[in-house]
Amino acid sequence: MTALVRLRPVTPARRPGRIAILGAPNSGKTTLFNALTGHRAKAGNYPGVTVDRREGDLQRRFGADDVRLIDLPGVYSLQPQSEDETVAVRVLEGGFGEPAPDGVVVVVDATTIERGLPLLAEAAGLGLPVCVALTMIDELKARHGQIDPQELQQELGVPVVGVVGNRGLGIDDLGALVSAPWDWAPSSSLLRGVEARTPEDRFAWAHSVLGACRRQVPEPNRWTRHLDRFLLHPVIGSAVFLTFVAFFFQGIFTWATPAMDFLSGLMDGLADQALATLPDTAVTRLMADGVIRGVGAVIVFLPQIVLLFTVILFLEACGYMARAAFVVDRVMGWVGLEGRCFIALLSSYACAVPGIMATRTIPSPRDRLTTILVAPFATCSARLPVYLLLIAAFIPADPVLGPFTWQGLTLMGLYFLGTGAALLSAAVFKRGLLRGASLPFYLELPPYRLPRPGDIALGVWDRAKLFLRRAGTIILAVSVVLWFLLNLPRRPADPELSVAENQRLVLEGSYAASAGRLLEPVFAPMDFDWRINVGLVASQAAREVMVATLAQIYAQEGQDEEGLGVLLSGSGEDGSAPLLSRASALALLVYFAFAMQCMSTLAVIRRETGGWRWPVFTFAYMNGLAWLSAWLTFILASAAGA
Amino acid sequence: MDRTLADVADASDGRLLEIADVTGNGADSRRLREIGFCTGAPVRFIRRAPLGDPAMYELRGALMSLRRSEAQRIRVHRAGA
Repeated sequence: MTALVRLRPVTPARRPGRIAILGAPNSGKTTLFNALTGHRAKAGNYPGVTVDRREGDLQRRFGADDVRLIDLPGVYSLQPQSEDETVAVRVLEGGFGEPAPDGVVVVVDATTIERGLPLLAEAAGLGLPVCVALTMIDELKARHGQIDPQELQQELGVPVVGVVGNRGLGIDDLGALVSAPWDWAPSSSLLRGVEARTPEDRFAWAHSVLGACRRQVPEPNRWTRHLDRFLLHPVIGSAVFLTFVAFFFQGIFTWATPAMDFLSGLMDGLADQALATLPDTAVTRLMADGVIRGVGAVIVFLPQIVLLFTVILFLEACGYMARAAFVVDRVMGWVGLEGRCFIALLSSYACAVPGIMATRTIPSPRDRLTTILVAPFATCSARLPVYLLLIAAFIPADPVLGPFTWQGLTLMGLYFLGTGAALLSAAVFKRGLLRGASLPFYLELPPYRLPRPGDIALGVWDRAKLFLRRAGTIILAVSVVLWFLLNLPRRPADPELSVAENQRLVLEGSYAASAGRLLEPVFAPMDFDWRINVGLVASQAAREVMVATLAQIYAQEGQDEEGLGVLLSGSGEDGSAPLLSRASALALLVYFAFAMQCMSTLAVIRRETGGWRWPVFTFAYMNGLAWLSAWLTFILASAAGA
Repeated sequence: MDRTLADVADASDGRLLEIADVTGNGADSRRLREIGFCTGAPVRFIRRAPLGDPAMYELRGALMSLRRSEAQRIRVHRAGA
């Protein structure tokens, strides 16, 4: 059918066009794509691979009704080595069950034009109509460089448009051009019989094309040179880097906290409201405790994720992220990873979900997979409520040295434990399971640039949507199942007893309690009783659920955490026996430091690795390690008389 | 006598150089050549990372960083030699 339409050039404007946008990383491709589509893009995935797919319709105002733009991943070349390149080549050749695009816009950074043209030669070699979008024209002028797009167009024999994506200059011309790819000259004229098979051939060709144009090579980017002298200075640069890490850390915990508290309060209020106003039936309780609180447990992390990605995308767009990777690369090299993995691991301290999503910037598939497998060890914010509860109950607040107390040191130790486990496992994986030839390490350090707020907002929005959709559906399903496990079989309420007492009785007879008792042999070496085990079962949905579940099990009215701690450690004035020995509490802390207890993370690992193999593996090795370490901790702590 | 880019970085030699060739197995050297480290390309050492490695080079108007292990595979001589 397409062939028929192709034969009738009288109606080209009615035919939907598909145009691919190709360019190197940092070439200004995304800004261009956003300007052409009016910041409306559909994000998704290519089947079977983890590369992001972004598509959008060309804005109507450019004159065409039906042009679909495909934003290809940023690549240096079309020799498929990494997954990004494989996807770009497959799309250009008509893979994924779709026809080949009708044309390719090759985005070339005018300040490094010599490096961009070889990609044009490769794209032209595929036989598709091509045109060139020359970006960063303003920066070229500011650095006293010069190139005439008209002249370049004459030399190349394909359309060339100069654009300044930031200010929309030239966007109309490019939009008009993209509306009618069938008017572009055939790309076969481009290379004029030059064999461009090796990179050297393509660079030589680019050199000869540019040699025929009157061109002024831009001066080095002064701003960037000056800033680098400061930000990459052996002493100042390291200090800046550490300050950046400290701010990042502090920021995701303190700045996101008010919004997180607000959201969790809102969801709790909503659940309480539902319980108070609707008739007290099983359906109401399922809605309130299962659905609303379950989904609330996920939504609570949204502010952190939005903040995290705003910071990451901002630093990436302005050029510092590449510098941070440059600074820390050597340290990451010690465990077999590279600088870019650091950013993903750092993000995982807020939540492993965005951390794992951030691994997409790592070009080597092995490094990326390793980072994904170890990221859940980072002490995420969901572990914090559990840590705080157990530490407050079991660790003395006595000062050790100066301002440091045993409680503070224990918390710090748990952070070190998570970090150490992540780095050690990475080293083990890179030497064993994921051993093999890796891609050579290279990292382009783009000039410092002021980012466009619109591009960052769009990127953050895409990721927030992805998080809510993927993690949200799984968490919802798990919370509902968990609610049934905790509340079935049903049991008539005894009017003589309090609400909390009744709840405790339902729970004691529930399927979850049976599961907890079933697990008793597994956790008996650490002296966890079935109630702790129920908490462990429940925290499989999300770690922080542990606290609420324990509160429910011990029939705590009002879910007061302080009271719960007193109850657990038996430090109350009534002299009741502790429900957990200190050795068991320490073992439980270590278990939480290492165990894989987060359905959202498993769901994201499945999504990012394209199958169940790696999430199952992560679940098995992390929980295995957690059990062993908890057992060792229990033995050591018991021997030490804790 | 040709030096490697790693030698250049060790000496913090910021003069303009020219790449003589890229050694090593096919796929890896190809990747380095594709990002612009290919025979005849002008290259200049800019700085090392605060911890000494990797190092940053100017290559055809862009800043690229390579680890020592990669830089050792790129042989260079004085520009125009």
